[in-house]
Amino acid sequence: MQFEDEPVTPGDPLPIRPGHSSFGRLERVLRGGGFAVTAEIAPPDSANPAEVYKRAALFDGYVDAMNATDGSGANCHMSSVGMCSLLTRRGYAMVMQVSARDRNRIAIQGDVLGAAAMGVASILCLTGDGVDVGDHPQAKPVFDLDCMSMLNMIRGMRDESRFLSGRALDEPPRVFLGAAANPFAPPLDYRPHRLAKKVEAGAQFVQTQYCFDIDAFRSYMAAVRDAGTHEKVFILAGVGPLASARSAEWIRGNVPGIHIPDAVIRRLKAAKNQQQEGINLCIDMIHQIRDIQGVHGIHIMAYRQEHRVAEIIERSGVLGGRKLWRPSLDWKDGEWDQGSAVAAQDALSNNPVARKLEKVS
Amino acid sequence: MTNSWVIPRGAKRSVAQAATRKLSGSGIEMYRMRQFSVRHARGLKLLYSALERVLVRCEPLLRRIGYQRLDKPFAQVESLTKGLLLDSQNCGQCIVGFTGLSCPMNCPKKMRNGPCGGVLADGTCEVVPGMPCVWVLAWEGARRLDEAQVPLQDVQPPVDHQLIGRSAWLREVRIKVEDPGHAI
Repeated sequence: MQFEDEPVTPGDPLPIRPGHSSFGRLERVLRGGGFAVTAEIAPPDSANPAEVYKRAALFDGYVDAMNATDGSGANCHMSSVGMCSLLTRRGYAMVMQVSARDRNRIAIQGDVLGAAAMGVASILCLTGDGVDVGDHPQAKPVFDLDCMSMLNMIRGMRDESRFLSGRALDEPPRVFLGAAANPFAPPLDYRPHRLAKKVEAGAQFVQTQYCFDIDAFRSYMAAVRDAGTHEKVFILAGVGPLASARSAEWIRGNVPGIHIPDAVIRRLKAAKNQQQEGINLCIDMIHQIRDIQGVHGIHIMAYRQEHRVAEIIERSGVLGGRKLWRPSLDWKDGEWDQGSAVAAQDALSNNPVARKLEKVS
Repeated sequence: MTNSWVIPRGAKRSVAQAATRKLSGSGIEMYRMRQFSVRHARGLKLLYSALERVLVRCEPLLRRIGYQRLDKPFAQVESLTKGLLLDSQNCGQCIVGFTGLSCPMNCPKKMRNGPCGGVLADGTCEVVPGMPCVWVLAWEGARRLDEAQVPLQDVQPPVDHQLIGRSAWLREVRIKVEDPGHAI
């Protein structure tokens, strides 16, 4: 979204508004009452920045912020600090994910300062998957902190200008703090309380695990509303397209924490074009989620289907006419290296919806 | 030059690893004592409170003998009793009074503030196959301890690694004597 006080160069931070903790776009949209859209950007297994720009361009103009994952599934990829450093300099709004699995409190606090200095305005604190599920099961699981103590620690850095040790900081990191929530894992009746505890620890926004079971999500949200938690935290519901009934069954059996009801799998099975039905299903979910009181946005996780995210957002009408920030299209003053600008354009021209939009504008 | 110790593709689960895995998580029987303790959370907590009152009363004596000298024997007794009842990991900063007598250090992610999002539908751990999630047990035990309010809501600080292996009881007694309002 374009604001009236946009900086001259997109890489520069926006001014911090009164009552806001960060200079970020995501916080502005949420506090402004907008239905926010975020998406997960998969970091490449590569040291090539062009690959990062290409992946970001897919979401350009469609999301309020992108989540750079931090070794998701305990697999090794480009670091979230690296991703965020590259993309914030181009003016993208980033949510930096930080997992407690790989780094201790010394490393994490250092990264928080570095990331904030590079223009990261939102940080999502995660405990992280166990190393056993990833590609380096021999690695040492660190888990010096958990998501809760990490939230608390970064809030202390921001609000009290102190490291966890108590040592003073010269300039605090101005970050909007987030956490993850899984409404669908046992103990189910504790989950709404756990959300309240995360808010207590410092979470200002939460992004949930995939919400395929809308009924279960509705009853979770009812409990969240009963406790009044929805007024203290912005809740972004996780959604995403399933590629086929077979992949949905595989995810259900092999990825802990993702709950997919039978009805969803039956619907995919019955479809002629299962991948397209996965997209339709995702759009239906967005429509149903949007009507649940206390939900402030959606978080799209379209692993290996990132190129379909624009279509999902466009067809669901979730932006409601809001015109979003498009760094790679709005800023062309010749300072970019040509190679990555071309790559970004290539990625866009492979995207039918983006192509259509180009024509319109 | 290539790294000779790079693990070849497809070999990430070696036979040795699989064997270790089997040994460390063999069946539900291993977790029977933990489940017993959670079921008897109230009684065990009362027992501990009584022990603590005695220790607090003996504090001047403990102080005279010297905390440092007492730390090792105390830690050994704790390791034996809590090891048997709770599968204690001897973190030296016990918080089972807040967690329904379920030791959070048995969580492979060492989570001290509640369950992760990966708990399987049957309430077992996503990392250690067959192990009941320590936080599913904690939720069960904590509700037994205090029915008046929602338990587990205190945000616990990260583990102090300098305290690992030391006596949590002595530490607690010291804190109690120096700050009588301190909760268990």
